[in-house]
Amino acid sequence: MNAFNRLLTGAAIGLAVSVTSFAAFAETPANMLVIAHRIDDVTSIDPAESFEFAGSDISRNVYSRLVNLDPMDLAAGYQPDLATSWEVSEDGKTITFTMREGVTFHSGNPVRAEDAAFSLQRAVMLNKTPAFILAQFGFTPENAMETIRADGNQLIITTDKRYATSFVLNCLTATIGGIVDKETVMANEVDGDMGNTWLKTNSAGSGPYTLDGWRPNESVTLSSNPDYYGGAPAMERVIVRHVIESASQRLLLERGDIDIARNLNPEDVAGASSADGVVISDELKGRLMYLALNQQHPELSKPEVRQAFKYLIDYEGMQNSFLNGQYTIHQNFLPATYLGASEENPFTYDVEKARELLAAAGVENLEIEIGVREAQERIEIAQSFQNSAAQVGITVNITVGTAKQILERYRARELDVYLGAWGPDYPDPQTNAGTFAYNPDNSDEANATGLLAWRNSWDTGGLTEKVAAAVTEGDRDTRVQMYLDIQEEFRETSPFVVMFQQIEQSALRDNVTNWSTGQAVTSAAYWQVTK
Amino acid sequence: MALVEDSTKGRPSRAPFSERAWPVIATTLKTLGSIAVTLVGLLFITFIIGRVMPIDPVLAIVGERASQSTYDAVYDQLGLDKPLIVQFLYYLWDVLHLDFGTSLLNARPVSEDIARVFPATLELATLGIIFGVVLGVPLGVLAAVRKGSWIDQVARVVALVGYSMPIFWLGLMGLLIFYGILGWVGGPGRVGIFYVDVVPSVTGLILIDAALDGNWDVFKNAFSHIILPASLLGYFSLAYISRMTRSFMLEQLSAEYITTARVKGMSEWNVVWKHAFKNIRVQLITVIALSYANLLEGSVLTEIIFSWPGIGSYITTALLSADMNAVLGGTVVVGLIFILLNIFSDLLYKVFDPRAK
Repeated sequence: MNAFNRLLTGAAIGLAVSVTSFAAFAETPANMLVIAHRIDDVTSIDPAESFEFAGSDISRNVYSRLVNLDPMDLAAGYQPDLATSWEVSEDGKTITFTMREGVTFHSGNPVRAEDAAFSLQRAVMLNKTPAFILAQFGFTPENAMETIRADGNQLIITTDKRYATSFVLNCLTATIGGIVDKETVMANEVDGDMGNTWLKTNSAGSGPYTLDGWRPNESVTLSSNPDYYGGAPAMERVIVRHVIESASQRLLLERGDIDIARNLNPEDVAGASSADGVVISDELKGRLMYLALNQQHPELSKPEVRQAFKYLIDYEGMQNSFLNGQYTIHQNFLPATYLGASEENPFTYDVEKARELLAAAGVENLEIEIGVREAQERIEIAQSFQNSAAQVGITVNITVGTAKQILERYRARELDVYLGAWGPDYPDPQTNAGTFAYNPDNSDEANATGLLAWRNSWDTGGLTEKVAAAVTEGDRDTRVQMYLDIQEEFRETSPFVVMFQQIEQSALRDNVTNWSTGQAVTSAAYWQVTK
Repeated sequence: MALVEDSTKGRPSRAPFSERAWPVIATTLKTLGSIAVTLVGLLFITFIIGRVMPIDPVLAIVGERASQSTYDAVYDQLGLDKPLIVQFLYYLWDVLHLDFGTSLLNARPVSEDIARVFPATLELATLGIIFGVVLGVPLGVLAAVRKGSWIDQVARVVALVGYSMPIFWLGLMGLLIFYGILGWVGGPGRVGIFYVDVVPSVTGLILIDAALDGNWDVFKNAFSHIILPASLLGYFSLAYISRMTRSFMLEQLSAEYITTARVKGMSEWNVVWKHAFKNIRVQLITVIALSYANLLEGSVLTEIIFSWPGIGSYITTALLSADMNAVLGGTVVVGLIFILLNIFSDLLYKVFDPRAK
C-alpha cells in the first residue's frame, strides 16, 4: 500500500470513527494477553539459530539464560538468571558460574550446569548465524568441549584472552545464551544435528512461558509456566497474531479484540492515540540510520568534506515530517539505552557552515552516487539529502536497488556514499564499536566485509586500538567513559553521518501495564505484564 | 444359442471392448501427458526465475551478519554449488516422490505448509464464487432482458464499482463498518482467538470441520469471520460474471430463434431461461471457471487485510524472502488448479453441448 493509499485509508477510518462509536466493545480475558504483530520473520526458534526480531521475542519468554535483563529495569544491565553468581579468575579469562538450585525445564527435567554447558557448546558447534557472538571469545567447534564445561553445579568458561566481564555477560543475555534441556534436545537428534531440526519448531526451555504452538505467518501461542522459579506470570496465555496490515491491527485494538498492536504506521498511531481506552507507548530501538562516505573517493576523504556532510542533513525537518514518531535524532554509533551511549548530538542543518567547509577543502562541482535500498523512508532521506547537497553545488545521483544489489556494492567498496540502517547484534557496546570504529587492516586484501569501517575504506587511526582496549576493560564505569571518548572522536573524524535512531510505537489498551519491547538492548518480555 | 443370436438381430454391431476402450485410454494418457509436460515446464521456468532473481537465498537464511563459514555451509547445504540443471533435476526427482522440500524460512515441509494454507484459500474462494454466481448470473440475465432499465443501470454501477474500487480500500471499509462499527461480523483471522484449534482439523476447512465435529459455536464464529472477505471476493467475481452474462444474453436475445419463440407465443420466462440462457451455459462455464481459478490463486491483498493465512500471501511472502522451495510448491498447486479447472470445464462442455461430445 503506498503512502497515498495509507493516508486515504487512515483519513476514512478516522472520519468514520469520529462520527460514530464502535459496536459493543469486546475485551480479552484478564489473564490473557493478545498481541497483533508481524511474525513472518520467524525462521527458527532454536536459540542457537534464531536471529530475527519476532523469533527473539519467543526465545526471550521461553528460555532462561545464565544472566538476563530485567524488563522492568533494563538500565540496570545483566542480572542473575539461571546463574546466581559468577567469579572471574585473576587472569580474567575464566568465569565460573554457580547455577540456581531447584529450577526445572518445562519437561520437568532439572536445570543443571551440564545443560548450560551443552547449550553454549551446541551453539558454537552448530555454527549458525548468531554463533559469531560466542566465537569472538575464542570458542570454536574444535575447542568448545574444553573451553565450556560443567563441574558439579558450576559452569566454567575460558576465553582466549581477557575480556571485560561486562562484555562476556552482556553477550550471554542475547538469544544465543538461551539454556536448553539437553536430554529433551538430544532425544530429538537426527543425523548428528544436535536437535537443531526439532528445535527449529519446538522448544525445550525453562523460562516463564512454554511454547504451545507456532504457526508460521499465523500465530504464536504461549502458556505460563506455573513452575517458573520467578513465579508464574500474570498473563496465563499469550497469543501473538500475525496481522500485517496496520489498519487491521488498529481496528482489532479499538474493537478490543487485541491488547497490543505493534506495527501501526504513523497515521494509525495518530488515529489510535485519540481513541478511547488506547494509549501509545514509545520505546527506543537499536536501529540507526546513517550515511557512510567511501574514503577511496578523493574528495570525500577530506576531513572538511566529511564534516560538511554532517551539516547537510535536515535532521529536524525529517524527524518532524515523514519520520515523525518512527525515528529520533541520534548522532552516535551506540544507540541510546546502550551501555556507554552518548546523548551528544552536536550537528544541525547548516548549509552555510557546510559551504564554508567545502570551500576550505577546495571542493567544487562535486558529483557523487548514493546507494539506497528500496525502502520508502530511506529513499525519502536520500531525496532530502539530495536537495540539501544541491544547495552547496553537490550533485547527488540516487541509485535505488534491492538489498542484495546495494549491499554487494557496499561490501565491495564500490559506492561513493551508502545510506542505510544498522542494528546491534547483542546488548554490548562492542557490537557497534567493533564495526563502526574498528578496522585493523584497511587493505583490500583483508576483505573484512563485516566491518563497516572497512567497507568505507576508513583507516580509523587510533580508534581501532581504543575499541580493542575498551573491550578488555574490567571496570564498568571506566569502560563507559572509554566509549564516550571514542564516540566523541568518532563524531568529529569519521566518515559516518549517523542521523537517527528508531522508535517503536506500540498501541495498548489502557488496562495493560508493564509492557516492554526490550528497548534497543533486548526483545519483548511478557512475564511482567499485568492487566 | 439361437436366441442369443436373435437377440442381436437388427442392431448395429458393436466394436470389441478393446477397440472401444482405446480412444478413452489414449485421451486419458494424452491428458495426463499434457498435465505432466505443463507442470514440468512451469516448474522449470519458476525454478530458473527463482535462481536469477536478485535475491540471495543464502543471505535470506543466514542474514547479513553471518560468518563466511556459516554462509558457505548453507550454500553447500542448498546445493547451490552444483550446476543449475543438476539442481533442477534433483528438485524434480524429489517432487516426483511428492517431496517439495523444506521451507527455507520456517523449516517445515512445504507440503505441510500448503496443506495448511490451501484449505483456507479454498474455503474463501468457494464461498466467494458461490456468492458471485448466485447473484451475478441472475443480475446479468435481468440486465440483458431489461436492457436500459433501472435494473440494467444498477447492474452497470455494481460492476463498475467492482472493477474500479481498490480491493484493499473496500476491504478496510467493510471491516470498519461491519466489524468495527456494527459488530455484525468477526474481525481479521479465520476464527476468534477462543476458537483456535477447538475442533480437530480433518479437511482443513474450518466450516466443514466444525460441522463434522458438531461444534456449532465454532461454525458460527468461523462463518462470521469468513462472510466478509468471501462477500468481498464474491463481489469482484459478481462484477465480472454479471457483465459477461449480460453480454452473452444480449447476443442470444437478438437471435432469430428467440424472435420465433416469442412469435409462437412462448412465455417470456421460457424464452429467457429455457432457450437463451441454455445456450450461454458453455460460455458461462468458462467465465466462472476462470473466476474461480483466480480466487483459488489467492487474493493477496484480501488475505493481508483480513489476516487470512491463504496461499496467495504464502507464495508472495516466500517469493519476497527467496524461499524458492515454498514458491515452487505453491506454483505447482496453482498450476494444478488451472489444469484441473480446465479439464472440469471441458467435461461440463460435453454435458451441456452435445456438439462437444
